[in-house]
Amino acid sequence: MALKIAVCIKQISDPEYFSQITLDPVTGSIQRDKVPAILNPLDENALEEGLRIKEKYEGSKLTVVTMGPPPAREVLDWGLALGADEAVFLSDRAFAGADTLATAYTLAEYMGKMGNPDIIICGNMTEDGATGQVAPQLAELLNIPHVTSVSEVEFIDEATIVAKQNIEYGGYLKVQVQLPALIAVVKEINEVRDVTAEGLMDAFDKDFTTLGAAELEADPDLIGNAGSPTKVVGTFKQEIDRQKEILSGSVQELAQKVREKLSEANIL
Amino acid sequence: MSTNSEVWVWAEQRNGKLMDVSLQTLGKALELSQDINGRVAAVLIGDDAGALAEELVSYGAEKVYLVADAQLKNYQSNAYTRIISELIEQYQPEMMLFGANIIGMDLAPAVAARVRTGLTAHCSDLKMETIDGKSQLVATIPGFSGGMIVKISWDEKRPCMATLSSGAAEKPEPDQSRQGEIITVDYQATEEDLKIQTMEMVEKQPAATPVEGAAIVVSGGKGIKSEDDVKLIQELADVLGAAVGGTRPARDAQWVVEDNLIGSSGKTVSPKLFISIGASGAAHYSCGFQKAKYVIAIDKDPQAPIFEVCDLGIQADLNEIVPALIEALKTT
Ligand SMILES: Cc1cc2nc3c(=O)[nH]c(=O)nc-3n(C[C@H](O)[C@H](O)[C@H](O)COP(=O)(O)OP(=O)(O)OC[C@H]3O[C@@H](n4cnc5c(N)ncnc54)[C@H](O)[C@@H]3O)c2cc1C
Ligand SMILES: Nc1ncnc2c1ncn2[C@@H]1O[C@H](COP(=O)(O)O)[C@@H](O)[C@H]1O
Repeated sequence: MALKIAVCIKQISDPEYFSQITLDPVTGSIQRDKVPAILNPLDENALEEGLRIKEKYEGSKLTVVTMGPPPAREVLDWGLALGADEAVFLSDRAFAGADTLATAYTLAEYMGKMGNPDIIICGNMTEDGATGQVAPQLAELLNIPHVTSVSEVEFIDEATIVAKQNIEYGGYLKVQVQLPALIAVVKEINEVRDVTAEGLMDAFDKDFTTLGAAELEADPDLIGNAGSPTKVVGTFKQEIDRQKEILSGSVQELAQKVREKLSEANIL
Repeated sequence: MSTNSEVWVWAEQRNGKLMDVSLQTLGKALELSQDINGRVAAVLIGDDAGALAEELVSYGAEKVYLVADAQLKNYQSNAYTRIISELIEQYQPEMMLFGANIIGMDLAPAVAARVRTGLTAHCSDLKMETIDGKSQLVATIPGFSGGMIVKISWDEKRPCMATLSSGAAEKPEPDQSRQGEIITVDYQATEEDLKIQTMEMVEKQPAATPVEGAAIVVSGGKGIKSEDDVKLIQELADVLGAAVGGTRPARDAQWVVEDNLIGSSGKTVSPKLFISIGASGAAHYSCGFQKAKYVIAIDKDPQAPIFEVCDLGIQADLNEIVPALIEALKTT
């Protein structure tokens, strides 16, 4: 059984540097100059799961896909080095400013028209956007079922999978899904592999396709800023009314001080 | 697009029990419906959910759209998405809110994509505001640099959809004398619906004291560097009878349980005492304890933004101050 597998990955700002990211006070857009970029951590798990499925079912083909500005192609190179067969880069100025619906639409235009994957694998969430909305929206626009928060997936036959969907407090749902379908994975689904020197060499010979709005025949009203029904309308500095009494000194004194304050405030 | 001025809430039930986050979301919907002179309606899907519909009325729902069928006992993403989308198309609500828990976050994006409307994730607040002379729904979400909050609004498509973080709104007081209309909607499974079926749902009890509802919360960040540090934090929490929460890096390192993540992607808490230890104070985190009565922050870096959002700041190394605190507080 040979499967067509697509893995959606995204480049994000390194969370180690989140405190250095500022917002343009006028437009509300994120300014991330000088902040290093990485592959979204859960997308590494998505890719790993894709690779495992590909290795299990001979003849399968894995495509890594991202939508992003020119520097984002790096994550695709990484995906190829790890073992993806081909990379598809959706990049166009017209895609800029996309909210989750416009992002999902753009990815769906590729998947629906050119990809036709049997299974699409996403990360459950990106660390810099953290909406977790793109995956279910992509599935919905393709009219295929989706499961988020997936920690296990098992093939019953070539057209059916059973996914374990984690819910709160360690509970779960066992969900039976007919392919084609989309799953969005959490960290515990697998341990990701490291890139090898061989993988890096092989990456050069693999297909890398860049597609813009014209090639996708995307509706200009549904992509980028124009296709985004949610808009940033402003930013403000949070004013928090707190005492802000800051103390330093010997820890014994500080601890006593805490104790006094808590009795004063009637908390203990 | 003209709407029926209803504010809808998806009332999630699991094993015949309404989820707390849904009731909190209903509380927010009541507020918004007053602002727009509208009505609050709940959408309830389950098997034998009639009693739950009455319960929703007692919490303030003026209407309940009830879809009951044995096949709908557990969440099924295709079926639930279709049911809600069809109801939206038929009744045209102005807004629709979901609790931002795992199933809410699985369902809401699919519904928004099917009806092609905007959805804002993990809102810490929602209110009506006048922008360009028009009254509009505005969501607030934390931005990046210390204390920056971003306001998001919707274009003309309706309903405006949002998921609300757990703890961001208050659950209304139930009142048995409230009256409401229950509209039962028939369900007929389609081939589409059956492409995805939940075969089993296993709910578990929290392994650690939940931060939601706790009177005291001790919360750790990336300043925690070892199992010993974790024990130290736990010991302090035990002395205070507190629940233990933490930041996202602390959660990622499994120093705190997933369910006790504090902040926009996790829980919003309102304890009488919140003690933050070794967390820098990113807006995504500090929005989660804005409603605490008294906040103590411990961090070794005097420049940490956490000191801007606390009542009492203790600049010290956690390995030194926490044992001293445990000693000092033990004897209370
Ligand atoms: C869309 C989005 C959503 C997010 N949602 C959340 C969320 O819900 N919750 C959340 O927490 N984060 C969230 N984040 C991440 C958030 O922006 C921060 O990155 C995170 O809160 C930082 O965690 P931290 O304070 O533990 O780590 P750091 O920022 O690295 O801070 C560690 C602190 O520990 C101090 N420290 C180190 N060692 C010691 C010691 N020995 N004694 C005392 N102090 C010490 C340091 O001085 C420093 O101030 C989100 C980010 C995004 C982009
Ligand atoms: N621009 C993008 N290109 C490709 N995949 C994306 C993009 N944005 C989001 N995704 C996928 O959707 C998942 C969830 O993203 P989000 O909804 O932003 O939290 C990610 O882990 C990716 O798998």
